[in-house]
Amino acid sequence: MTPDLPPAALDFETYQALLQLQADYAAAVDGGDWSLWPEFFTDDAVYRLQPRENHERGFPLATLSFESKGMLIDRVYGIRETLFHDPYYQRHVVGLPRVLGVSGQGARWRLRCESNYAVFRTKLDGPSTVFNVGRYLDTVVQTPTGLKFAERLCVYDSEMIPNAMIYPI
Amino acid sequence: MTPLHWEADGTHRIPFAAYTSDALHRQELARLFYKNHWCYVGLEVEIPEPGDFKRTVVGERSVIMVRAADGAISVVENVCAHRGMQFCRERHGKRSEFVCPYHQWSYTLQGDLQGVPFRRGVKQGGRINGGMPADFNTADHGLTKLRVASRGGVVFATFDHAMETLEDFIGPAVLAYFDRLFNGRALTLLGYNRQRIPGNWKLMQENIKDPYHPGLLHTWFVTFGLWRADNESKLVMDRHHRHAAMVSTRGTAGAAGAVTAVASFKPAMQLQDPRFLDIVAEPWWGGPTAVMTTLFPSVIFQQQVNSVSVRHIQPDGHGAFDFVWTHFGFADDAPDMTQRRLRQANLFGPAGFVSADDGEVIEFSQQGFEQKPQHRTLVELGGHGVADADHMVTETLIRGMYRYWRQVMEADEAAA
Repeated sequence: MTPDLPPAALDFETYQALLQLQADYAAAVDGGDWSLWPEFFTDDAVYRLQPRENHERGFPLATLSFESKGMLIDRVYGIRETLFHDPYYQRHVVGLPRVLGVSGQGARWRLRCESNYAVFRTKLDGPSTVFNVGRYLDTVVQTPTGLKFAERLCVYDSEMIPNAMIYPI
Repeated sequence: MTPLHWEADGTHRIPFAAYTSDALHRQELARLFYKNHWCYVGLEVEIPEPGDFKRTVVGERSVIMVRAADGAISVVENVCAHRGMQFCRERHGKRSEFVCPYHQWSYTLQGDLQGVPFRRGVKQGGRINGGMPADFNTADHGLTKLRVASRGGVVFATFDHAMETLEDFIGPAVLAYFDRLFNGRALTLLGYNRQRIPGNWKLMQENIKDPYHPGLLHTWFVTFGLWRADNESKLVMDRHHRHAAMVSTRGTAGAAGAVTAVASFKPAMQLQDPRFLDIVAEPWWGGPTAVMTTLFPSVIFQQQVNSVSVRHIQPDGHGAFDFVWTHFGFADDAPDMTQRRLRQANLFGPAGFVSADDGEVIEFSQQGFEQKPQHRTLVELGGHGVADADHMVTETLIRGMYRYWRQVMEADEAAA
């Protein structure tokens, strides 16, 4: 295991690919074709949506806690087929990734970064409101099909959820 | 306040106006939350050490649950005796005393006033300026103290010092299910989920007194056999019909007659990752795989297979409430059981595979009530009466809750 390299060790080509990954993810979860969402993750990826309170106090409970791409696919099925909900649009605004460290070498590197996000919700016939605001804590890896999330932890400040949260953040 | 119009005798037709009036809501707070009822405030494990506190509510009144130096738990109202400020702003923390920042009046953790700055005045130029009057007595100006009861690690409080005991309040039939879950084992705190549901608070009690909807609204419950109309089940109430336990034992998944001839049953549905339902029976269950206990008016205790939680109803006006979920485990859980509880928690809470749509249907019920004020709901599955049942095809628990509600809300002011 190579020790963490400083963020500056990241070459611009990789950083550009990371920006593209973040932008593509936001476009996918805002576009309404939920089947795109699991494809951003590795097969054994971790995806967690957690109130900041639990995160900072060390409580393990998350609002959603998935441990495989299969669980994400199950969530997509839930959104489409089993969860009754008011339809809504969502719109992500994601800040630039702050790279925290890079480890590994060659084709086996891992990159840790964090980015702020804000998600607006617009219900049919209603105003656009701030729905969920927080921070992504990511581990990104290189795979034969491009960069993927090995872990995406969404730590949200908006702890009082406006009723229900259906679509992926 | 205009009296509600109840169609027919009984409580099988509930006026929409029971959910849409601010005046009625204030009366509910006075009669159901601030008098004659024990309200949930927290778990002892949330404040393990002396000085630990948690800010919460009883009804719409902000209170603080705190553990004093001797280990005893107090609950005091979060309103300074001086100028009325809600002085405690943190949601949790540790203190040796409470101090209101405005004028630094200080209180013991039990709520007794102990310090008033400049009480004896301020000496200046050989004389004493100001100060409190000579007859000012700190003993008369503590924080409002609530009566506290704790059982199995669960803490309740009431503003009503003439209250019956917690055990008498719950009653033996429902207490048996309370004790099944909180049987004296130490609890561990797994964390919180919070959601604001724009609907009347009673709708959440009704949702968990309604065994009709889970096998219809919730695809996961019917498809995987977790909760459906052909499961072995029991509905149990206290003698006032205000509290209840819905008790169910998981049957077989798969198709079976009328129960699965519903749109929400998905015979072909297969989980990509079956660990969501990696259910392991626990000895304390003693048979039932799910018991949902409603204690009127403030709290719901959940056991759904390995996921256990407390759901606190915190009203805010007639048209909204905050719903705070506290998931817990037991100190003797092995790590894989903790992991299992956390995984199954994906079914519950504001985004849960099962529970997310409960908040949605409550919001849209409230919308229906507001638009059609002269109308009423229909709660006639299983007849018009109120009685315990050994099946789920009945709305008897809702009728029972409103029988009690009418007794309390229609009583003379003096009797209430």
